[in-house]
Amino acid sequence: MTATHALPRHDRHSRGPGGLPRLLQAMDLDAHLAAYGPPPYRGPRQLIEVVAAAGLTGRGGAGFPAARKLTAVAEAGRGAVVVGNGAESEPASCKDKQLLGTAPHLVLDGLQLAAEAVGATRAYLYVHPHPRLHQQLGSALAARAAAGLDRAEVQLVTAPPRFLAGEESAVVSRINGGPALPRFKIPPVHQRGVAGAPTLVHNVETLAHLAQIARYGASWFRAAGAAAEPGTMLATCRRADGTVEVVETAIGTPLGELLRLPDLPAQAVLVGGYHGTWLTSAHAAALPLANAALRPAGAAAGAGLLAALPHGRCGVTEAVRVVRYLAAESAGQCGPCLNGLPRIAAGLAELAAPRPRPGIRADLERWAGLAERRGACHHPDGSVRFLRSALAIFGTELTAHARGQCTATSSRPFLPVPAGIPASQADWT
Amino acid sequence: MNQQLRVNPTACTGHGLCAELLPERVTLDEWGYPVISADPVPAQLARAARRAVTDCPALALMLVADR
Amino acid sequence: MSGITASTALWYASRATGIISLVLLSAVVVLGITVNRRGRLPGLPRFAVTGLHRNLSLIAVLFLAVHVLSAVADSYVSISLAATIIPFVSSYEPFWLGLGAVSLDLLAVVLVTSLVRSRIPRRAWRAVHWLSYGLYPVAVVHSIGSSTDLQSGWLLAVTVACLAAVAGAVVFRLRRSLTAIPRFQRVITALDDAAARPAGSPAGRQAAERGAPR
Repeated sequence: MTATHALPRHDRHSRGPGGLPRLLQAMDLDAHLAAYGPPPYRGPRQLIEVVAAAGLTGRGGAGFPAARKLTAVAEAGRGAVVVGNGAESEPASCKDKQLLGTAPHLVLDGLQLAAEAVGATRAYLYVHPHPRLHQQLGSALAARAAAGLDRAEVQLVTAPPRFLAGEESAVVSRINGGPALPRFKIPPVHQRGVAGAPTLVHNVETLAHLAQIARYGASWFRAAGAAAEPGTMLATCRRADGTVEVVETAIGTPLGELLRLPDLPAQAVLVGGYHGTWLTSAHAAALPLANAALRPAGAAAGAGLLAALPHGRCGVTEAVRVVRYLAAESAGQCGPCLNGLPRIAAGLAELAAPRPRPGIRADLERWAGLAERRGACHHPDGSVRFLRSALAIFGTELTAHARGQCTATSSRPFLPVPAGIPASQADWT
Repeated sequence: MNQQLRVNPTACTGHGLCAELLPERVTLDEWGYPVISADPVPAQLARAARRAVTDCPALALMLVADR
Repeated sequence: MSGITASTALWYASRATGIISLVLLSAVVVLGITVNRRGRLPGLPRFAVTGLHRNLSLIAVLFLAVHVLSAVADSYVSISLAATIIPFVSSYEPFWLGLGAVSLDLLAVVLVTSLVRSRIPRRAWRAVHWLSYGLYPVAVVHSIGSSTDLQSGWLLAVTVACLAAVAGAVVFRLRRSLTAIPRFQRVITALDDAAARPAGSPAGRQAAERGAPR
């Protein structure tokens, strides 16, 4: 369906008042104040009500209703703490970094409003170590302090470059001064988190949406997206031509449109990130970026990573690299994950080599079944999901590999996978 | 009221007493770690379950109210 | 005329129950280390090792109670009840008895926390239980210092045997601790192991049968 409007269909819905893009409009404090004014402090109940009416869900990957999280922390007791989680940790995703670099004041407004909603006087902003970004954020915070905008004191905390660093309980663990390792969820973070206090952890994009909902209301937010999944989201689109673009799009936009699949054909699409799901290109092209349609396909929007693997690349090799990375990034705290993931990584490498042992496929499936849902966090679950979808989608390629062949024409890696394996406490702090 | 046996996987070091004390709900995987059935713990198994919780050398088990 | 008086009986009772307590305590420490190292007693399930560790410790406490109370009750030497809990205030042999009081205090804390171990935080219980490594040597020194019985003859042999057993278990424990893979290297070690010993190979199957890497 072609759009009759001058703007592409999804762009039309991602404009805010005045025609500005909702989120990714670069603004320093003066521009921000000119466009939005100061944070609209109106009392905790009002904010939670409007967020509930807007139906905002978390944009960090889990998609949990934001209003419910706010309520849980607000009711958990006094001395609550708020954390803006900017450590997206997903090597292939860069939406949080882009948002923080472009529109930090929307995020920081959201952080203050969330703090008011739960009665918090202390707030933290948790970000991976990008030196320039840290400097920019520090300046932004100083400018806000000088203008007297913030009520809760904000501390910038560095997240280590680990895949699990952005996991909610790992965030809390790091802010508490220890390594960024996940912990068992009893008691949950919203009851006991930073310094034992009830803690609200929200992805920075969620906070940015919150800052706009507080000003423009629920109906404005719901003007884009679908009834069950309203609003816009940031999607990191890695297209088959190698370009990477963070796009602000209405939920429900077709994946084919976001990845420009008709112009830039691909052999397969990874939806959601390295804990996500591979789909065939044909299947993906027909799906919208919305959980209602993605879940029946075994996928989820997650934190909005979409990667189109071009023809001529080897999906098996990509999967082997990613699965090894996922195994290396295990916290190593839980028996099933520590035992399962390294074996799975080695097993997949074996399966990708010529003439693999006949029982290796069964071993992989057994290890996957033993690892999933038996850790303190969802790392083994997500890794197993990625593995299973790769085995399904790249079955033909695996068969070729078994004969010692590979259909790829290029051996250049496509998906970004960091080198190096963490091996000390310093790697986690 | 039914209860649910839960393990803290970060505390568990695979001693395996739980599987001996409550085989109706716990088996060990090939690496020595407990696979706990999602079935609730009924009254007649409650005593054995409590013993498993108390005797676990790593204090990794707990009984929580079944939702 | 018989030399056995009520006082002598109490004194003998105290010394006898003292040595029995020491033997039991030694067994308890060895069993505790066995539990920690996931060791087994031949033919017995794992819960029997923990069960024996707990039950022997409770029996040891009973003998210890008789040991302490009979020493207090005995009128031949003056040991107040307070001196059994407050170290070094006894008028009789303050140093050696003082050590006994120290180990008794430590044992009391270890015992109480263990009785409520499922109700207190895991880390708190562990931290207190580590005091066992302190209370045992103190108890041994108390025993040898306050009783000439143990300094010769077959009672010396018993004492040496107990010490040897505990020392051996402690050395075993220490070696495992020192050679254990550091926490933050578990993953990289597991990756190397999995790559070097593929599942289908004899070494890989052996590794799987050995069970948990920790």
